Amino acid sequence: MRLYLELARTSFQQQFAYRAATLAGLFTNSIFGVMIASIFIAFYRSQGNDTVASWTPDQTVTLIWINQSLLMTVFIWGWWEVTRSIQSGAIVSELLKPFDYFSYWLSRDLGRAVAHFLLRGIPTFTVGAIFFDLLRPAGVAAAFGFLGSVTLAVMISFCLRFLSNLAGFWVLDHRGVSMMYVAIFNFFSGMLAPLDFLPDTVQTIARFLPFQAVLMVPNEIYLGRMPIWQGLGVQAIWIVLLTLLVKRILRAGEQKLVVQGG
Amino acid sequence: MTTQIQARDLSKRFERHTRRAGMVGAMRGLFDRASETVTAVDAVSFDVARGEIVGYIGPNGAGKSTTIKMLTGVLTPSSGEATVAGFTPWSERRKLAQQIGVVFGQRTQLWWDLPLIESLELLQHVYRVPEQRFRENFTMAAELLELGSFLNTPVRQLSLGQRMRGDLAAALLHDPQVLYLDEPTIGLDLVAKTNIREFLAHLNREAGVTILLTTHDLADIERLCKRIIVIDHGHIVHDGDLARLRDKIATERTMTVDFDDPPTLDDQLETRGMRLLDQTGQRVRVAFERSRLTAPDVLTALTEYGSIRDMSIEEPSIESIIQHIYKA
Repeated sequence: MRLYLELARTSFQQQFAYRAATLAGLFTNSIFGVMIASIFIAFYRSQGNDTVASWTPDQTVTLIWINQSLLMTVFIWGWWEVTRSIQSGAIVSELLKPFDYFSYWLSRDLGRAVAHFLLRGIPTFTVGAIFFDLLRPAGVAAAFGFLGSVTLAVMISFCLRFLSNLAGFWVLDHRGVSMMYVAIFNFFSGMLAPLDFLPDTVQTIARFLPFQAVLMVPNEIYLGRMPIWQGLGVQAIWIVLLTLLVKRILRAGEQKLVVQGG
Repeated sequence: MTTQIQARDLSKRFERHTRRAGMVGAMRGLFDRASETVTAVDAVSFDVARGEIVGYIGPNGAGKSTTIKMLTGVLTPSSGEATVAGFTPWSERRKLAQQIGVVFGQRTQLWWDLPLIESLELLQHVYRVPEQRFRENFTMAAELLELGSFLNTPVRQLSLGQRMRGDLAAALLHDPQVLYLDEPTIGLDLVAKTNIREFLAHLNREAGVTILLTTHDLADIERLCKRIIVIDHGHIVHDGDLARLRDKIATERTMTVDFDDPPTLDDQLETRGMRLLDQTGQRVRVAFERSRLTAPDVLTALTEYGSIRDMSIEEPSIESIIQHIYKA
């Protein structure tokens, strides 16, 4: 346990070394937040500022800013460290350590997520709150429920990323996997619009996929649209299922490990 | 003596996709991929006793690294068995990991972004080394490997030699029984090489660590290993002590003799079992079979051509011996 805490701590500290990247990222998230929120505000205005698919204008704009703020915390795409490690052969040194490979990366990722929540999440949301009327959490319980839900969302997102990284055992180039993953995630997670805006069939499919548990669920808990325990329960189920799947595939991958570069 | 590493008929076969040449070939590859089976290691067997240092050598692609990876448990062999420190490597990898240290000269096991000292401290937790033991091992390594000046430098900024020393320190913090070293001196300058060799010799002598070492640098072998295992095309072609290998393969010795005056040599040399290699002024070099002639025999024969001022005998270099094995 001590080891996993130490790993989380070092990875947390590491994030503070990238000052320029943090500022650039904050800038990018804010620009996208302003852009997407403005499009929705224009859209709502054309509808006479009525609710659309049961979402009020303020709720939708808040979701957009929560998504932009959580983007780096849950770290949706652009993480290929395990694939790179498989392909460079560095995975050999990692497998040679007496720790659980999955827990090793998970603890590092949790440390990273805490740092990103502080460095990217809160500042981005603050920028949003300055320019738009963002809603507060639906209550004290919803606020704590949201924090718990974000923690679980990081773990789900981590499992999904880890899974797509494991493709590296079988394919040599991760770009194909990467493109598919980004497209699927953006579509089914509620990243660009509340899921309720999508056609019914697509919504139903999305509700049975893990991606909505990464962004939609924390948003719905924050806004008081979903009972807290229901949201956390769904997320917990996904964590269990995905962890089992990851371990299974990891074992298969290790069996057929072909160490690149001697 | 207890056996620390035991390999029995270890084999590893890989499937390798092959690319067809040309445009049409590349397009065909989209639909049906051709592959071939490569046997990297073929029925390799050997025992290494506790406290031994064994040199595991062979040309590039001979199967050295693959063998080591199987013995650490990262690769599962296609067939065969092995026991290392009482464990079956590939099925008890994590338990074995606690008992072994591994250094790959070509890559680091330190964390790229962290200062060396933090990497080492993280490893203390990875291996659950008690504080007291960690301090002792750390102090010993820091002193012998002279880590002091770059302990606070991030690993990515270290020179190759510094990084290698850091990696060695990292591999022994948890008192491993077995140390695998895959080309530990590759790309290093002479001072760093010597430094590392002395350190390994010290570790073996003082802590009784069993060492399996692959290298292309035969000076590593001469300094450290009494026994060498030579592998080529996945097969073991020699396993034994270095001196015996020399006797077995290098049957010819060379004598260099300086005469007082340039001698006039004749074909009598040949009939007596010597072979003239070259002559420049007073200096003559002859080769002779160690099984047929002794050095005094040769010297006596040469005195007939003039009075001798000086002489020396050369044993064949390990390089030439190894080359001889590869060719065979």
